[in-house]
Amino acid sequence: MRFVPLLLAGLFRKKTRTVLTLLSVMVAFMLFGLLQAVTTAFESGADSADAKRLLTTARYSIIELLPLSYLRRIEGVPGVVGAAHAEWFGAKYQNESNAFPVFAVDPARYLDMYPEFTVAPAEREAFVKTRTGAIAGRRLVERFGWKVGQKLPIASEIHPRAGGDMSWEFDLVGVIDAEDPAVQGNTDMVLINVAHFDEARQNARGRTGWYIIRIADSGQAKEIAAGIDRLFANSPDETKTQPEKEFAIGFAKQIGDIGALISRILAAVFFTILILTGNTMAQSIRERIPELAILKTLGFSDTRVTVLVLAEAALLLLIGGAVGMAAAVGMLPFLNGSTGGRFPPLYVETGTWIGAVAVAVALALMVGLPPAWRARRLRIVDALAGHR
Amino acid sequence: MRALRQIAQITWVNLRNLPQRLGTSLVIVIGIAGVAGVLVSVLSMAEGFRHTLASTGRGDRVIMLRAGSDAEMSSGVARDQAALLASLPAIARDGAGRPLASAELVVMVDLPRRGQTDPNNVPFRGVQAAAFAIREELTVVEGRRFNRAVREVIVGRRAAQQFEGLGVGSRIAFRDSDWTVVGIFSSGGDVHESEIWADAEVATSAFRRQGFQSLTARLVDGSDAGLADLTAAVKRDPRFSIRVWREPEYYAKQSKVLETLINVLGYTVAAFMALGATFGALNCMYSAIASRQVEIATLRAIGFGSAPVVVSVLIEALVLSAIGGALGGGLAYLYCDGASLSTLNFDTFSQVAFDFRVTWTLLGKGLLWALVIGVVGGVPPAIRAARLPVTLALRAS
Repeated sequence: MRFVPLLLAGLFRKKTRTVLTLLSVMVAFMLFGLLQAVTTAFESGADSADAKRLLTTARYSIIELLPLSYLRRIEGVPGVVGAAHAEWFGAKYQNESNAFPVFAVDPARYLDMYPEFTVAPAEREAFVKTRTGAIAGRRLVERFGWKVGQKLPIASEIHPRAGGDMSWEFDLVGVIDAEDPAVQGNTDMVLINVAHFDEARQNARGRTGWYIIRIADSGQAKEIAAGIDRLFANSPDETKTQPEKEFAIGFAKQIGDIGALISRILAAVFFTILILTGNTMAQSIRERIPELAILKTLGFSDTRVTVLVLAEAALLLLIGGAVGMAAAVGMLPFLNGSTGGRFPPLYVETGTWIGAVAVAVALALMVGLPPAWRARRLRIVDALAGHR
Repeated sequence: MRALRQIAQITWVNLRNLPQRLGTSLVIVIGIAGVAGVLVSVLSMAEGFRHTLASTGRGDRVIMLRAGSDAEMSSGVARDQAALLASLPAIARDGAGRPLASAELVVMVDLPRRGQTDPNNVPFRGVQAAAFAIREELTVVEGRRFNRAVREVIVGRRAAQQFEGLGVGSRIAFRDSDWTVVGIFSSGGDVHESEIWADAEVATSAFRRQGFQSLTARLVDGSDAGLADLTAAVKRDPRFSIRVWREPEYYAKQSKVLETLINVLGYTVAAFMALGATFGALNCMYSAIASRQVEIATLRAIGFGSAPVVVSVLIEALVLSAIGGALGGGLAYLYCDGASLSTLNFDTFSQVAFDFRVTWTLLGKGLLWALVIGVVGGVPPAIRAARLPVTLALRAS
């Protein structure tokens, strides 16, 4: 510990230079934190997936409908604990297409499938009992300033009501939320009661979009899924059943490899930082050759001098990195507030912190080793004589 | 005049000894190249996507959807309505007197990307015979067109590149039906090149649809007046609840969400990187000046003014950042231009393939950002250089 003052003295020998380097390191790690949060958000679908949940969609395309009558038959498959169904409403709110997803569901069945969502018991009760009822995710409620008890006028782009009118109105009876930020993104939706919806719509009555199935043993997921699909094989509406996680991964892949795109951007960022700080470190050591020679004259061993230089590099990157990551964490609440449900909540997970430390240490080694090596091989006589 | 000559002289000296300060100078160049490179490559993705949608459709063509639907996927046009709409007088006719209108249905089919197994929503379009006459830009580049009333498809050039098993002669199975790929078409790099096309009648029966989703037609008169005629005729008839869009207007709208998303990502990342690079540039210019302290002081001592010193330092920073900007843009061009990509378009919920496009405008943008970083990073050190007391600086070494 007694070398800390020496370390700091070395680091702040030229204040402007160190501060500027720290700032650029900070910005790099802030980008790292923010972009990794985006990757996390894209992968959160798969991470928050419940291994005991299966999804059944139409076999040939996710947009085809399935008969509502499949519900009882699915429930009869051994290993199935419960099932629910949902259908895409195609919402248009305040003239914006797909402003948020709206699903027509059987309230009790659907909420039973997702124990990770929290709905106040009284509000859940109201949703079950109100045929024109709707509940909405907390982030949506905040974004639009909705109040429980108000009417929600939402148009559909897909489902006309009997008579051809595309405008619908629901009663907002409750709010859905979730503790875990990875799950909270899944509550950015409005649920409406299918009882009213199915009765009032013009087309496709008695059909639904997909089924959500809860099973007792996640180890049997494959067999149960195959069993469900066998039930409907060779019928006009064949099915495809898969664990929720597989479905989420497949969907993320439709968007493409976001992770790879972001990794490439970050590689460019850190390469730039490597060059910047590498140059600063090299320059700083070059200027201090005589000082290092004096340290050695005073009895500092080669190893100690090496460690001193390395520690300086590590300190620079760790301080800059920590401040940058902290800045990213500090910015996220504002970002999330402004996207409000258009994008899943961004957050920095533990893995990102570990990644940041790993990157900082790796960069410190790359930046610090060449000057440290130089300091180690320094011959006192030459250095003091001013030969470089 | 004297000041100008002084600037030229000092700048020339500075630039000539740049190679001696190669390390420091390279740092500025590389730092700024990173910013320009990332900015240009991310924006080239948005530009390619926008270009693909913007080059879809012609001004003299319209697409009609159910009123209230903003995309074909959510629209519905009944069979009898489609026939009535096609026979309106504002719609052009071919030599034989048949309307140049094609009622179309669009469904999604699941196909894996090349070398993968996960399904993707690939748009499958059933078109009527007039579709080819309406869209003159479409040419079959391999194989032939599909025959009517049989399960044959032609595949867009980009769809064939991106997805597995779409070569001429291959068979694809969707929903109790087997289809044969008989041709590959190109249509000027537009969004239809990401689609699979078949005969509308065969497709409606195979996918068990009753109606269509849209009607694409050519106007007799492509001007605003011609469009107004059609719109008025559609509005007047109480049987229709239809919205008429000019094709380019409709397709431009389909690029909104994704384009915004990519642009926000690109500019945010580039802005932060630019901030980091500015700190780096400041650092390098400060140390460049520190190493030339005596030289600058000497110049001042023999009568050079401080303005020429400031300007010359600034010019050096600008030259370095311009090299960085050009390098970054060049790398983005080498690595990204023409690379193709397929992603889910959130507006249509279907896959759309497009190429990265590095345009001159984007390269200009990269260079502009580079120069701004150069100015911001160069001015404070330049001012410091000019303010240095001559006597102090001369004594410094």
